[in-house]
Amino acid sequence: MRERVSDGPTEAMVASGRGRWGRFLLTWFALPSALLVALLFGAVMMLALGADPIAGYRALLEGAFGGSYALSSTAIQAVPLLLVGVGICIAFRANVFNIGGEGQIAMGGLLSAATALVFPDLPGFILMPLVLLAGALGGAIWGAIPGFFKANYNVNEILSTIMLNLVAVQVMNYLLAGPMVDQSPSSVGGLIPETKVLPASAQLPILISGTQLHLGVPIAVLVAIGVYILLWRTSFGFQIRSVGLSRSASAYAGMPVKRTITLAMTLSGAMCGLAGAILVFGSISHRMVSDGSLTGFTGSAGFNGIVVALFGGLNPLWTIVSAYLFGGMIVGGSALQVATGVPSDLVTALSGTIVVLVVSLEYLRRRARAQSLAVAGPRAAAPPPLPRNAPPLAAGGGGDQ
Amino acid sequence: MTMAAATPGDATGRAGVPVLEMRNITKRFPGVVANNKVNFDVRAGEVHTLFGENGAGKSTLMRVVYGLYHPDEGEIRLNGQRVSISSPSSAIHHGIGMIHQHFMLVDTLTVAENVALGTRSTRGPLTGLDTVAARIVELSERYGLKVDPQALIWQLSVGERQRVEIIKALYRDVELLILDEPTAVLTPTEVGDLFTVLRQMASDGRGLVFISHKVHEVLDLSDRITVLRNGHIVGTLARAEATRERLVEMMVGHQVAAEEHPPRGVVGAPRLVVKDLHVMSDRATDAVRGVSFEVSSGELVGIAGVAGNGQRELAEAIAGLRPPVRGSIRLNDREMAGHGPAAIRSAGLGYVPEERMRDGVVGDFSVAENLLLVDYGSSAYSQLGFLRRGAIRRHCQELVADFNVKTPNLETPARSLSGGNIQKLIMARELSAQPQVLLVAQPTRGIDVSASLYIHQRLVAQRDSGTATIIISEDLDEVMTISDRILVMYEGTIIGSADPRTATREEIGMLMAGVRPSAGQPAAAAPPTSAANPPSTAQPPAPQPPAAPPGGGA
Repeated sequence: MRERVSDGPTEAMVASGRGRWGRFLLTWFALPSALLVALLFGAVMMLALGADPIAGYRALLEGAFGGSYALSSTAIQAVPLLLVGVGICIAFRANVFNIGGEGQIAMGGLLSAATALVFPDLPGFILMPLVLLAGALGGAIWGAIPGFFKANYNVNEILSTIMLNLVAVQVMNYLLAGPMVDQSPSSVGGLIPETKVLPASAQLPILISGTQLHLGVPIAVLVAIGVYILLWRTSFGFQIRSVGLSRSASAYAGMPVKRTITLAMTLSGAMCGLAGAILVFGSISHRMVSDGSLTGFTGSAGFNGIVVALFGGLNPLWTIVSAYLFGGMIVGGSALQVATGVPSDLVTALSGTIVVLVVSLEYLRRRARAQSLAVAGPRAAAPPPLPRNAPPLAAGGGGDQ
Repeated sequence: MTMAAATPGDATGRAGVPVLEMRNITKRFPGVVANNKVNFDVRAGEVHTLFGENGAGKSTLMRVVYGLYHPDEGEIRLNGQRVSISSPSSAIHHGIGMIHQHFMLVDTLTVAENVALGTRSTRGPLTGLDTVAARIVELSERYGLKVDPQALIWQLSVGERQRVEIIKALYRDVELLILDEPTAVLTPTEVGDLFTVLRQMASDGRGLVFISHKVHEVLDLSDRITVLRNGHIVGTLARAEATRERLVEMMVGHQVAAEEHPPRGVVGAPRLVVKDLHVMSDRATDAVRGVSFEVSSGELVGIAGVAGNGQRELAEAIAGLRPPVRGSIRLNDREMAGHGPAAIRSAGLGYVPEERMRDGVVGDFSVAENLLLVDYGSSAYSQLGFLRRGAIRRHCQELVADFNVKTPNLETPARSLSGGNIQKLIMARELSAQPQVLLVAQPTRGIDVSASLYIHQRLVAQRDSGTATIIISEDLDEVMTISDRILVMYEGTIIGSADPRTATREEIGMLMAGVRPSAGQPAAAAPPTSAANPPSTAQPPAPQPPAAPPGGGA
């Protein structure tokens, strides 16, 4: 997350006396110009592949946002991104880097599917909340483990969460091929590593017929709003943000620093686990299925969610917008491939470009601001604040107490 | 200026020649003019002091010289040549050195490696560390700067680290050396040593800029003094024209009465009783070795001592941030040793920490959030886990007004306030809990005159309201001015106590240096089991590390 930015013209301009204009540009045009540069970059790639960029972008936009079906597909695609994103917001606000979203999603999916397999006969109004809670619990456990070790023994959470991803994939493959496998032989003659079709009572209902829009979408949005309230309106959220910004000052103030870190990671994992449950019970096949890799189940939401959260300035409300945009990129990418023959991987490169540019520009903006504040006291080469310390998009949406 | 042109030998003949001339320097920041048409020059062979309160623009002006800021207007000349200094590396190339308040040293490297950093090796691609080390030894002998080239930085005391910074400047043979409040981290003895070295550097023909807001140091060291206020030059005085009163008046803009010792308060029951306390330092050495004292309601006790004699560890142990090895801390008759900060706070302790930017506030939190840092969970400000924004806002507005915290609004990040206002903010928070025991570490370090005065008044008022108040300070003047009783810490013990109304500065200074009035010799020289510990210590401490020089401990 700590982008190193080389001294470019913008930075030099900011550092010099002519910096006010540069700062103004950075403040108001960082996001649009980053998008523009990324789109130009994408256009060059399309041209190189022999496709027409205008037609390509039109296909991408229409595929993502053209009509109610496209809009609902984008929303479905955005749900896991949003839930992982708000989970990342919680962890990063506590200054813990949760890179284990993939594993937490998988554990959430497994525990929710297992719950449905164990209690297939419960009525829907009990079973559906139960499987969602089970999903959150599965992710929470998978988040609590690295959180506990980080808080108490300062075990590097980046390492531990990535390692737990590796453990999670093995657990998933074992369960899906073994205890939880669909016993009915497939047409190819063997067993496929997937669960049988789960009880229909637990299926997330479609809200608008003719679209894919299921109950998971409003749930995810409500959860995001809830997390915003948690972080900025409750004393526990205050504690999380305080511990994240300064462990020492929080300890001095008498806050339970270790418990806060563990709980933040637990909550973060719970969000990812809930995403896993929604992936299972919002799926069209209505079972848990994987190709033997985590990505096969998660669609890389555990990693893309980090990008979404960063793009949303680690603010859950902006993360809603950000998740929808990135969901649109994924959906539009498929349309792009169909229309122009350009591989949908192009949108992955596009997303990456946008994120690098936005985060870099945000870094420059904060650096410029830090310089302008430096006059208030003798603190010279103070390291510029990291982007995670405040929402880049939400000047007023953040720490408004 | 290249290094070759500035050997001390031929430089002595240049005394009086301007090394640095700054003309009409203006540096603006959004909403503030940090330097307004400032003229400033430094001659070879002199110490020219920049004097003014925090925020007056002293550091900004020198950062312009060092290439950290670019002036909006004005010109800089070095040895008569107009130059543009675009970065610190170009400043270094021009023979300018700057010693910052926060040292720019790599903790895990040795002294020699730090000195060699950024310089060209004499052996091409290979490091020439042994020649560097030899040169360091040579320089340290010539200037009386005791430094071991092979020592690792993290093992050194603050005073020693500063010597490394000076060696670095000498190694690069700077012509102009800027020192940004170099004495803030030093003990009185170290300050004396530093000044000797600085005078010697000046007599070599170098130009020195000394940034300070401490009047007596300025009068001790300077050849000329330039006073800055709100970004303007108030005036430049030769040493002979300067007096304490005149300088302070120029700095503050009006006359300031000397602070008087407040009358004694009404002393009540003991509130804090510490018995035979032992605390380890971060490096697992015995930092506090059998400390016992008590402080009563209505009493203001000052703990004096040279930095690094266990004061920090003592404060952290009392506040619950550092578990004691053994011993007792009774607060309001409740044993609190080993309890956490939350429990100790609820037992009635208010604590203003030494590192106010690190421990006292969350820099990126707003003023309001920082005022709430301790009480955010109390029922007055939160209900069913939700923050009561209206009540919080009213509470914060009251505190900001009551403690005269100068801030644009409650949403301003604490980081952007001045040191004095941050300290007032912390005091406001800690006093609003009505503590029965108040522990304040370094109450006014790095804080301007008027804010210091205000903080002292609040501390005395708190004592008068019945709070058992303790200040831990390395500023002997401060301890002598406001305390009712002084305890002196030396090498982890309380070596003696004094009454500030009758004791002299010298008597207390002797205690700070480890000399007990009866023994008449440094305690460090005595066997570790006897003189270094007060009689109340039952057990001798574990074998000690080799006796460190004052300030070299912990």
